Amino acid sequence: MKTWDAIVIGAGHNGLVNACYLQRAGLDVLVVEKNDWIGGAAVSRSLTPGFLYSNCSYVCSLFRPEIMRDLELPRYGLQVIPYEGGAVFTQDGDYLANYRDYDAHRREFARFSKRDAEAYDRYARDVTRQCRFIQPLLLRTAPDPTSFRPRDLGELMYLGKKFAGLSAEEMALTLRFWTMSIADFLDEYFETDVIKANFALSGIIGTALGPMSPGTAYVLLHHYMGEVDGSVGAWGFARGGMGAVTRALADSFRASGGTIRTEAEVSRVLVRGGKAGGVVLANGEEVRGRFVVSNADVKRTFLKLVEEKELPQTFLRRVKNFKIRGSSGKVNIALDSMPEFPALPEGSPCLQADMHFTDSIERMERAYDDWKAGRWSADPFIDMVIPTTLDPTMAPPGKHFMSCFVQYAPPKVEGREWTDADRDGFAESVISQIAAYSPGFRERIVHMEVRTPRELEAEVGLTEGNIFQGELTFDQLLFNRPVPGYAQYRSPVGGLYMCGSSTHPGGGVMGAPGRNAAAEILRDLKRGIKDMSGAHDVI
Amino acid sequence: MTTDSMIPPARHAAQDHFRTLRLASPFQPRLEALGRQEDWYTWAGYKAPQSLWDEELEFFAIRSQAAVFDISPMVKYRIEGPDAEAYLDRLTLRDVTKLGVGRVHYTAWCDDEGHVLDDGTLFRLAADRFRLCCQERHLPWLLDSAIGYDVAIEEETEAVAGLALQGPTSWVVLRDAGFAGSERLKAFDLADFPHEGGSVTVSRTGFTGDLGYELFVPAGAALSLWDRLFAAGRVHGIRAIGYAALNRARIEAGLIVANADFATAEHAVRADRVRQPDEIGLGFMIDAAKAGHYNGRRAIEAARRNKTLRRILVGLEIEGNVPAEHAIVYHRAKKEVGLVSAAIWSPTAKRNIAIASLERPYGDTVVDDLWVEIYAMRELQYQKLMKRAKVVPRPFVKLARRTASPPGIF
Repeated sequence: MKTWDAIVIGAGHNGLVNACYLQRAGLDVLVVEKNDWIGGAAVSRSLTPGFLYSNCSYVCSLFRPEIMRDLELPRYGLQVIPYEGGAVFTQDGDYLANYRDYDAHRREFARFSKRDAEAYDRYARDVTRQCRFIQPLLLRTAPDPTSFRPRDLGELMYLGKKFAGLSAEEMALTLRFWTMSIADFLDEYFETDVIKANFALSGIIGTALGPMSPGTAYVLLHHYMGEVDGSVGAWGFARGGMGAVTRALADSFRASGGTIRTEAEVSRVLVRGGKAGGVVLANGEEVRGRFVVSNADVKRTFLKLVEEKELPQTFLRRVKNFKIRGSSGKVNIALDSMPEFPALPEGSPCLQADMHFTDSIERMERAYDDWKAGRWSADPFIDMVIPTTLDPTMAPPGKHFMSCFVQYAPPKVEGREWTDADRDGFAESVISQIAAYSPGFRERIVHMEVRTPRELEAEVGLTEGNIFQGELTFDQLLFNRPVPGYAQYRSPVGGLYMCGSSTHPGGGVMGAPGRNAAAEILRDLKRGIKDMSGAHDVI
Repeated sequence: MTTDSMIPPARHAAQDHFRTLRLASPFQPRLEALGRQEDWYTWAGYKAPQSLWDEELEFFAIRSQAAVFDISPMVKYRIEGPDAEAYLDRLTLRDVTKLGVGRVHYTAWCDDEGHVLDDGTLFRLAADRFRLCCQERHLPWLLDSAIGYDVAIEEETEAVAGLALQGPTSWVVLRDAGFAGSERLKAFDLADFPHEGGSVTVSRTGFTGDLGYELFVPAGAALSLWDRLFAAGRVHGIRAIGYAALNRARIEAGLIVANADFATAEHAVRADRVRQPDEIGLGFMIDAAKAGHYNGRRAIEAARRNKTLRRILVGLEIEGNVPAEHAIVYHRAKKEVGLVSAAIWSPTAKRNIAIASLERPYGDTVVDDLWVEIYAMRELQYQKLMKRAKVVPRPFVKLARRTASPPGIF
């Protein structure tokens, strides 16, 4: 029987990034994927003729350019197209737009508040400072503060130096940023409800927290520290949908000699004498590997694929307590014509970007209240984009693909499993919200894919449908992600590594966990990482 | 979700701003008619001329005739109320209690650490009414600073049009345009004059180091003011100019521009880019004897006392004739000690001049053996020049006519 050098469980973007780096370093790598398609949560699938959906993730900013470059992803078809700023529709029939042009952005804010319009510079400066602090940490393994190994000490010193390099005011701001609620943070800058709601949305996306919960300011930062071609904070569409990211990764992987097996669900990791030696597939087949890397989240990996008795009890308890809380759903819609939003003037660029209907922090918080009660939000927060306004490859001319990220959707409905009727009710809350702002919207719908936490877990494998494979709260970041003592992609089982978003630096289609895990694996193998670029300079 | 009628009318009417990314100045019809170069740039969101017909000749209009430069895009705040004087005295560096009605002074304001937020001109229009003109926007800072003061602050950039009329014949133009009594304006004086049933505020101020005036009117009266000046000025060589020409004149006058010669505190992303007044040549604004407290005072005085000021802004005269724009400054042609932020060959002084920020003690106590490294691109090849630089006082060009009273007919 063949023994692979490495078996990667799951063909998500992090699994593929990891596999690419390992294969390029000269290892013989097999990726096993349970579905008959690859991509995990970065996938484009056609579920109705002529239309392509970004079924899960739908916009791109966090994916590290260092990885795109190392793995030659443009050569394998990856293009990211930046988009115009978007809008929040207000209940009085108006909207607040985000324009890319600096002065138009200010004038738009001034329609609501001259003061807020002029407050934006200070806000942007402070957020930019924090992004500059964090960006270089993304492609570094978090140091273990309890270890005295030279590399950990060096990394701790790097962190300390970076922190000490901040002014007293910035240090205070950093600590506040990592612990504050987004609502409190925005109150320091702005006074207008819709302007605060406009920024607050980045603080709650993917998180089972409300805008008034401490910790959500960091979630905003997490969404700001990406870039499109050096434009920090910008977001774009992957041309061909988010599947273009994983398709390019898979093609790059195969071109370097790697192998992907689809419809190969792993039922458990083979562990002998505390060491991983391969996987057992659902059909009973054993596949041998010198080591195993799991792209699945930390709960799925250690509570489902590894026998509990193989794990130290503290680790097991911490994995069980790791917060992966489903909070969102997704509705993908095929439209036979461009929807109209009469609030927007003719020619508004807002249609080409992210649109929202939640015009106050209070409405956002109320939507979260429903989640706490175990219900999907009656007045949901929707992050809506129509990628086909910029990407002609996802629908026939004149027809459109609309992606709606929806919050909040609880992992269980009032304590019980989601039913098909619940799913339809959830979809209806979204459609009726959009239809209230877009006359004739229902009539344009050709097809819909509705994904509640139930579908996200069952189809993609994300526990509870949490898009980050674990909350991005300060207690679960850096050397505490996923659990203290195991933040360096290794696990208590020898030869079993983690490379998913449960690990540092967390979720979003970033690729950094996959890359950083590969770096650790290659270090363990005493192989060079010469083909892996360090973080681009932040100057 | 309801109908449009619920949207406040002013907010609704403003929706369409996105169609015009560059705002037209109230003088735009006149500028467009003269803008043969079609060389526009963006100034604070406005479409503004870099050059209208000939950058070089426009500069000489400033120094020989009367040049008209549209300053409408300058950010303007109206500050009014019983506590306006006390408020501004607390906000800004200079002593506002000494600024008489009908006077203007150049000032700056700082954050709590004494880092400069902006510089600008403060016009005392009445005992309890002021106008603050500046480069950047500060409404939240101004409003927050006003807590506890009986004062109203309003941003009025778009409502007020402004023109700079600068050059040797500028007063004659005013006289012939019927601004009776304008001869009485001394440097930094201001007065109101009748115009079209309203009034125009004229101050003897400017950004050129020359004889000159600045005129402010409600935006609706802008074009008639322009026409009035140009009708009278025709025989006095009046010409409209763009920023390129003005920039040369301001460098000759040794004047600095926010976010060109220094980074303002609310925009500086990098913590070491902020500057105290003493680090950008604005130390003269600080009066140790000023009775009232002003923002940043403790930090500014502590830095002076403890000698912790790290930078200094200086005027440089550089050998040769190649402008040293953005050149690195060296000590002994080896150690990097600073950067040139603005540089030109001065046609008026016939000297190669520059404004530079240096790391102390260079430029402060160590002023010998300074050099600048100039990369002159000549037909797709850099010619690298290492030239001696000498610290010299600003302004580089001092013209007696700037302050002559009464103003002359030059």
